[in-house]
Amino acid sequence: MLTLAQIMAVFLKDVRSELRTRYALNALLMFVVTTVAIILFALRGDQPGSTVLAGMFWVSVFFTAMSGLSRSFVSEEERGTTMTLQLIASSTTVYFGKLLFNAVLTLVLVAGVTVVYLIVFPAFEITGMGVFLLTVFLGSLGLASAATIIAAIIAKAGSRGTLYPVLSFPILIVPLMTVMGATVKSLEGVPFSDATVDFVVLISYFMVMTAGSVLLFDYVWKD
Amino acid sequence: MSAVKYGSIILVSFVIIAGIAIPLVPSPQNWLEFPVIPGLEEKARNIFFHVPTAWTTVLAFLVSMVYGFRYLRTRNPDYDQKSVISAGLGLMFCILATVTGALWAKFNWGSYWNWDPRQTSIFILLLIYGAYFSLRSAIELEEKKAALSAVYAIVAGLTVPFFIFIMPRMMTGLHPGAQGDSSGGGPLFQSGMMAGNMRVLFYVSLLGFNLLYVWLFTLRLRIARIEDRQLLSRHTEQ
Repeated sequence: MLTLAQIMAVFLKDVRSELRTRYALNALLMFVVTTVAIILFALRGDQPGSTVLAGMFWVSVFFTAMSGLSRSFVSEEERGTTMTLQLIASSTTVYFGKLLFNAVLTLVLVAGVTVVYLIVFPAFEITGMGVFLLTVFLGSLGLASAATIIAAIIAKAGSRGTLYPVLSFPILIVPLMTVMGATVKSLEGVPFSDATVDFVVLISYFMVMTAGSVLLFDYVWKD
Repeated sequence: MSAVKYGSIILVSFVIIAGIAIPLVPSPQNWLEFPVIPGLEEKARNIFFHVPTAWTTVLAFLVSMVYGFRYLRTRNPDYDQKSVISAGLGLMFCILATVTGALWAKFNWGSYWNWDPRQTSIFILLLIYGAYFSLRSAIELEEKKAALSAVYAIVAGLTVPFFIFIMPRMMTGLHPGAQGDSSGGGPLFQSGMMAGNMRVLFYVSLLGFNLLYVWLFTLRLRIARIEDRQLLSRHTEQ
C-alpha cells in the first residue's frame, strides 16, 4: 500500500532522527563555510562576474550535497535498521520518503548557500527573483532525485563515501549545467520566458529520474 | 559466427584503405573519386571512422543496459557477463571516438578540446563508463555487484537522451547537429555535400564497425566462459 501518510511517516522518522543528532545539518553547514572560505582565499579579493558566481554557487551545492545526501541510506545500514524498514514499509514508500527528505535537505542547503553568497559576494545580486526561486527549487528536486537512488546503491556497496560523487557526477551533469545557465539568467535579470527551456529540461529530468528510480529501487533495496 | 568475423575484418580493412586512399578531386567523374568539400577537404575522411565508432559506443551502452535489465529480471549471471563485456567494448569504442573527434577538432576548430556540447556528451559517457567499472570493483559479492551495477547502468542510461538529443540542441556548438542546424543530421547530410559514393562507404563503415563489435563481443564471451569452466573444474578437483 502506498499512501501519503506512510510516505510522510518515513519522512518524519528521518527528520526526527536528523534533529536528534543534527549530524547532516552540522556537517553540511561546516562544509558550506569551508568551501566558501577556500573560494574566498583563492580569489584574493577579486570580484568574479555572474557566470563564475553561478558556477561556483552550484559547485558548492554539489559537493556539499555529495557529503550529506548519502547519509539517508548509509545511516540505515550503519544502525542496522534496514531490515525493520523493509518489514514495515513497501519499497516505493521508503523511496518516496527518502526522496522527500533529501529534497528538503537540499532545499535547506541551497537556502544556506544562497544566504552565504549574498553576504560574501556583492556581485551575487538576484535580479530575477522568480527565475532564481524556480531554478533553485527545480534544481534541488533534480539533484535529490538522482542523489537518492545513487545513495541507495552506495549504501549496499562496500565503500561508502568515496564512490558517491564519482557515481553521481555523470548523472547530475544535465541538471547542473541547466541550473548553472538558469542561475546566470536570474543574476542578469532576463525575462522569465527566456528561462522556460531550462525549467522544462529540469522538470522532465526530475520526472524521468524519479520514475526510473521507483521502478529500479526494489532491486537495490531488497537483497 | 565466422561470417561476422571475416565480414568485420574485410569491411573494416576495406573502409580503412578506401577511406584513406580514394583521392579528393574538385569535380568527381567516376566512382573512385570523392568531391572536395569546402572547409573540410582531407579532414572529411574522419566521418568514416569517427561517426561509426561513436555510434558503436552508444550501441554498446544500450546493449549493456538491456542485458543489465534482463539480469535484474531473471538473476541469470550469464546476462551480467554479457552486460560487462558490452560495457568494456563500449569504453574502448568511446575512447576511439573521443580520440578521432579530438584530432579532427584540432585541425578543423583549432584545438583538441573546446567543450562543444558533443564533446561534453562523450566526456560524460566516458565518466559513466569509468564510474560503472569503479562501482563494480568496489563490491565483493558477485550477485550484489551484478545487481547494483545493472541498476547504475540503467539510471545512467536514463540521462543519455538528455545529453545526446536535448543539450546539444539547446546550446550553441560547432559540431554538426548543434543549435541552428535544423535537420540534426549535420551539414554533410543536410546540403547533399556528401556524394553518393561517400555515403555508401560511410554505411559500409557503419556496418563494418558494428560487425567488429559483435565479433569482439562473442570472442570475449567465449573467453569468459572458458575461464569460468576452468575455475569450476579446478574447484571440483580439489
